[in-house]
Amino acid sequence: MADTRPRPPAAQAPAGSAGDGPELQTTEHGVQVHEVAETSTEREFTVVRRSQTQMIIRRFMAHKLAVGSLIVFVLVVIVSLVGGRFWKYGYADITDEFSSPPSLEHPMGTDDIGHDSFAQVLRGAQKSVQVALMVAILATTIGAVIGALAGYYRGWIDSALMRFTDLVLTIPSIAILAVLAATVTEQAGNWFFIGLVLALLQWTYIARVVRGTFLSLREKEFVEAARALGASDARIMFRHLLPNATGSIIVNATITVAVAILIETALSYLGLGIRPPDTSLGLLISTGQQAATTRPWLFYFPGLIIVIIALTINFIGDGLRDAFDPTQTRVRA
Amino acid sequence: MLSFIIRRLLIAIPLVLLSSVLVFLLVANSGDPLADLKGRNPPVPESTIEARERQLGLDKPLPTRYVTWLGNFVQGDMGKSIRGVEVRPLLWQRLKVTLRMVVLASIIAVILAIGAGVLSAVKQYTPTDYTFTFLGFLFLSMPVFWLAALLKEYGAIRLNALFGEQVVYTVGAETPNLTGSLGTKLADWAGHLILPTVALALISFAAWSRYQRATMLDVLGSDYIRLARAKGLSRSRVMTRHALRNALIPLVTVVAIDIGAVFGGAVITEKVFAWQGMGALLVQGVETSDVNILLAWLMVTSVLVILFNLIADVLYAVLDPRIRYG
Repeated sequence: MADTRPRPPAAQAPAGSAGDGPELQTTEHGVQVHEVAETSTEREFTVVRRSQTQMIIRRFMAHKLAVGSLIVFVLVVIVSLVGGRFWKYGYADITDEFSSPPSLEHPMGTDDIGHDSFAQVLRGAQKSVQVALMVAILATTIGAVIGALAGYYRGWIDSALMRFTDLVLTIPSIAILAVLAATVTEQAGNWFFIGLVLALLQWTYIARVVRGTFLSLREKEFVEAARALGASDARIMFRHLLPNATGSIIVNATITVAVAILIETALSYLGLGIRPPDTSLGLLISTGQQAATTRPWLFYFPGLIIVIIALTINFIGDGLRDAFDPTQTRVRA
Repeated sequence: MLSFIIRRLLIAIPLVLLSSVLVFLLVANSGDPLADLKGRNPPVPESTIEARERQLGLDKPLPTRYVTWLGNFVQGDMGKSIRGVEVRPLLWQRLKVTLRMVVLASIIAVILAIGAGVLSAVKQYTPTDYTFTFLGFLFLSMPVFWLAALLKEYGAIRLNALFGEQVVYTVGAETPNLTGSLGTKLADWAGHLILPTVALALISFAAWSRYQRATMLDVLGSDYIRLARAKGLSRSRVMTRHALRNALIPLVTVVAIDIGAVFGGAVITEKVFAWQGMGALLVQGVETSDVNILLAWLMVTSVLVILFNLIADVLYAVLDPRIRYG
């Protein structure tokens, strides 16, 4: 492993000192690291102490595709969130060039009315990214809390919460969204509302994952030890159990971003999501498709942006999964 | 086994009931079914609106409306749509159209996923594996309607030009008023099915092939495979008889559980190809705030989802004898 690298004694850090980083967790792994570090002065090879987080970041950084994806994703997100302010055309501006193919003036061409496509794609991406990020944060929080409660308390709380999860899973989310989007007409087309509804439907998977982790971890000795020391339920859940589920939670949160982007665009494509005069990537594809043969650029670019966002997210998720759980990728005999 | 199925069905009943209450509350409070009538110009007399209100049962309190609806639904009567069409035959007809696409696409996707997944696992970290992995990620990240529209706008024209005649169709589920033998009808169906099915299958294939690869790798690394090789069985025999058979089990459950998602994908794909299926019915129901259509739609699909979840559990137990349901 990378953490047993020989170092000259001069460079050796004072092992076991108090300032060993804030990330010292009471995971099984963490305890091990701690012990190794404390006995390291007596060993021939000194051991550099790394917190769990540092090791995870190192493993992630070794994953070139994931790091590249992360850079591209962050760039796309930043450009989509703030780019609209700096681009010379607004998404509703009408220029005097209509139906012009991509050029230096209009990098993604213009539509038949004269809207600058690049400005529209920027605006659409902004809405889609806003929805996706909101869904990921909200759904992860809800899912983690419900899964934690179910897995920790078991019994009737578990049954009730899991039946509720089943209930949410039963109803096809596209239908619920369609109905809800039509319900609150003054809210319809509002990205915040769409994100909220999506989040209320997307937390189930994370809840199941967290519940599974909690069910197995709550029987471990370190939980018993914490309880013997008088830790409260809340402390055991948030300080001892939740950090151990961080890996699966983060991985699933990234996947949720990709799923949310795809659902939001599909909904807008059906005409039930974000509505005109505002725009979203799905809506742009839907209008662009009508002229796909004559003005293909209107149809290509929004779709490409969706694919880029979702693809990079999926690669990041894959890299994170490897970083959090290196045993999964080990080549087997 | 039988007691397990019965127990699961018993749990499913309150689940369906509860979801029907939720759906009813949601739908009954959504939109105004009379908006069309009220918004007419010149204005419709107040008495007509009230008559329509009574006819649709909107004047009664919500619980009464729910019980009436449930009573009828249990007896197989799904009521009439706002336009006065019986919902049940309408729904069945639309469901058949959509299921045709869902079933065919699922079969294609499963076959593709098994092939790609197994090949990826056997040739792990080779160009073959990387190609399939990349394709898997690509389709996983692609909106189904965009892929469908790509196939429609660019694939169809090329393909038809290649054959010199219209082989694949891009609009509708079948040619209306087509006369001729069964053969022409089937050919017509197939021509309409190809593009939407391929789009849907490719999207579903992505996740399943990744899953198949992971389980196959898992099986290949297990001791009994090494033992089978060590005792002298040929590589191909070990692969097909020992590894593949065991690696297929988890996929069965995943496919059965994912049927709901495939259905959702079909609803969107339909829109691209202008099929008159469940998707169009849903949009129609939403746009006209049609309680009966929406309720029937949601009930049928949620029963389908629950059913397939049950099938997944049962199949799992049948295929993997280590799993026993007490």
